Amino acid sequence: MSESSVNIARHRELDLMAQPDEHGHFGAYGGRFVAETLMAPLEELRHAYEQYLQDPGFLAELDEELRQYVGRPTPLYFARRWSEHLGGARLYLKREDLNHTGAHKVNNTVGQALLARRMGKKRVIAETGAGQHGVATATVAARFGMSCVVYMGAEDVRRQAINVYRMRLLGADVVPVESGSRTLKDALNEAMRDWVTHVDDTFYIIGTVAGPHPYPVMVRDFQAVIGRETREQILKQAGRLPDALVACVGGGSNAIGLFHPFLEDDVALHGVEAAGEGLASGRHAAPLCAGRPGVLHGNRTYLMEDDDGQIIETHSISAGLDYPGVGPEHALLKDCGRARYVAVTDAEALAAFHDLSRLEGIMPALESSHALAHAARLAVEMGRDGLIVVNLSGRGDKDIHTVAAHEGIEV
Amino acid sequence: MSRIAACFEGLRAAGRTALIPFVTAGDPRPAVTVPLMRAMVAAGADLIELGVPFSDPMADGPVIQRASERALRHGVSLRRVLEMVRSFREQDAQTPVVLMGYLNPIEVMGYETFATAAAAAGVDGVLTVDMPPEEATGYAAALAEADLDPIFLIAPTTTDARLARIAAMARGFVYYVSLKGVTGAASLDVAVVTARLAHIRRFTSLPLGVGFGIKDARAAARIGRCADAVVVGSALVSLIEAAGDDEARCRQEVTTLLAGMRAALDASPADTPAADRAGGEARDEKAAETRSQAT
Repeated sequence: MSESSVNIARHRELDLMAQPDEHGHFGAYGGRFVAETLMAPLEELRHAYEQYLQDPGFLAELDEELRQYVGRPTPLYFARRWSEHLGGARLYLKREDLNHTGAHKVNNTVGQALLARRMGKKRVIAETGAGQHGVATATVAARFGMSCVVYMGAEDVRRQAINVYRMRLLGADVVPVESGSRTLKDALNEAMRDWVTHVDDTFYIIGTVAGPHPYPVMVRDFQAVIGRETREQILKQAGRLPDALVACVGGGSNAIGLFHPFLEDDVALHGVEAAGEGLASGRHAAPLCAGRPGVLHGNRTYLMEDDDGQIIETHSISAGLDYPGVGPEHALLKDCGRARYVAVTDAEALAAFHDLSRLEGIMPALESSHALAHAARLAVEMGRDGLIVVNLSGRGDKDIHTVAAHEGIEV
Repeated sequence: MSRIAACFEGLRAAGRTALIPFVTAGDPRPAVTVPLMRAMVAAGADLIELGVPFSDPMADGPVIQRASERALRHGVSLRRVLEMVRSFREQDAQTPVVLMGYLNPIEVMGYETFATAAAAAGVDGVLTVDMPPEEATGYAAALAEADLDPIFLIAPTTTDARLARIAAMARGFVYYVSLKGVTGAASLDVAVVTARLAHIRRFTSLPLGVGFGIKDARAAARIGRCADAVVVGSALVSLIEAAGDDEARCRQEVTTLLAGMRAALDASPADTPAADRAGGEARDEKAAETRSQAT
């Protein structure tokens, strides 16, 4: 019996497909840890979400948007030269980088914007770190004629000037957040404050599978299109299920989107966190690998925190992975052993970024490069009979300034 | 009887409304807090809410977030807040102290360890902003075991089903958040608050405190006519922020504001004695009106 079969046997009793429970608990994780003022809007959202998830009209509309606007289905691409270069397992790439706006984020923002419209909300807000979710939100707001405010840490506004301008071109109002560490977690705090003050007309589009119930389950369901397509495509193209799936994990939405439709299959799941300058350095963003459970942003999950329970600052070369928490479903998959979580350093991710660019003519996002680096190691371990799917969650154009600066090159 | 219950019983007998100041522990420096607590009691505070600094105070506005940041720069953790309460208790055995903060520091310490340590330090109640009753079974049991009162928030949008649930778990008093939004937000509609409190009284006989939006003596007096307690937070924390390192000025401005509120509350007694307020058919009409406004 393979390692993954043992794990499947162990978590079968848990019924992973039935998670979360009605209160949004994924085992001991998830839930709804928010101030009383947010309870009513979260209930309103849960009701609407559960209603429209069953509504054939809504689902058909979503499907049409995903096809005509986002460009789905995305290809499952066999990376032949990269696989041969490594000399191990065959590597397939799920090309989420080919979505409109260049990343998987839009799968979710389209879904939530359609939901907002059904709920009669005319204003959407979002938090963003690197700016990818902000761009994806500004994009759908323009598409559906909604006003849009994006909260972004002042430090990230400085680091991601191009995405800030991109959002403004799309008509969004980008608000720099000066509080706390002036990064993604502070932007999330600020967006929550906006929402609680303007709940009547505002829909808060969270970008990842974290936050208070129903966000983790709702975002997962919108992203699970990645895994459903992959399952169908790999059966058609390779004639069998893969041995392993690999995806990067910041909040974890692209990973859950890929993993979820495979939870009951004999397929190993590998989530890859950002080890930054190395787990031992303390400068990383790997709560699953090196953090511990706590409560932040409305859910119980693994966190980066100090001994007093204060949230600590994270580090990663990839802004999209630079977050001190992680989706609660990942916390459960880790604890029950169904998924395995590892971490990849800035340097390893950069090497993978270059390899894929040169060998396949595909420039991956630095986030996705973390998954690629781990997949490369796994491919070698697994040998030529192996079959691996990597989620190429976004394209790397947005990162060329970061890469150049890191390598001392002036662009 | 708990210190909080005794406090409210004494106020009820005297026909007075409780004045509850909120300050963040350790803001702007740890040494300021205990003397400031004593000065606030001398200026007329009946109960003190002490904010436990947290790195991500999601439900607070910018004023209180900055207070948290100032305190955290001095390393003010939950353990140090408990030391401050212990020090306050050495000279004040009567004034109840309620800790107000976020769950994660308590979660990391462990519910039982925290409850035991807080009770030993002289804490009377705990308001954990991001701990709703749905998630609070183990937490509330640990507090009860240590004779600490779990304080809960009620919002303008809280449904009757949740009101019942909160009422079943709450002890000490209930804190009505009079505005949508975060701490420090703008203005307050007294008529709406009055009607809403009457509705809440159908679910609980606990004293009702009102906070959010009470900035001066006039607002305190207006709210004091319908509430059992008024909570003032951001207005005080703003004074502390403006005083900077000038500790004497900080204490003086804080006590001046509180003394003014105290005087205004005492000069403007409650419309109805608190003892008569639990329930009452006569208020149903107003309550129904509020429900439609609140939903």
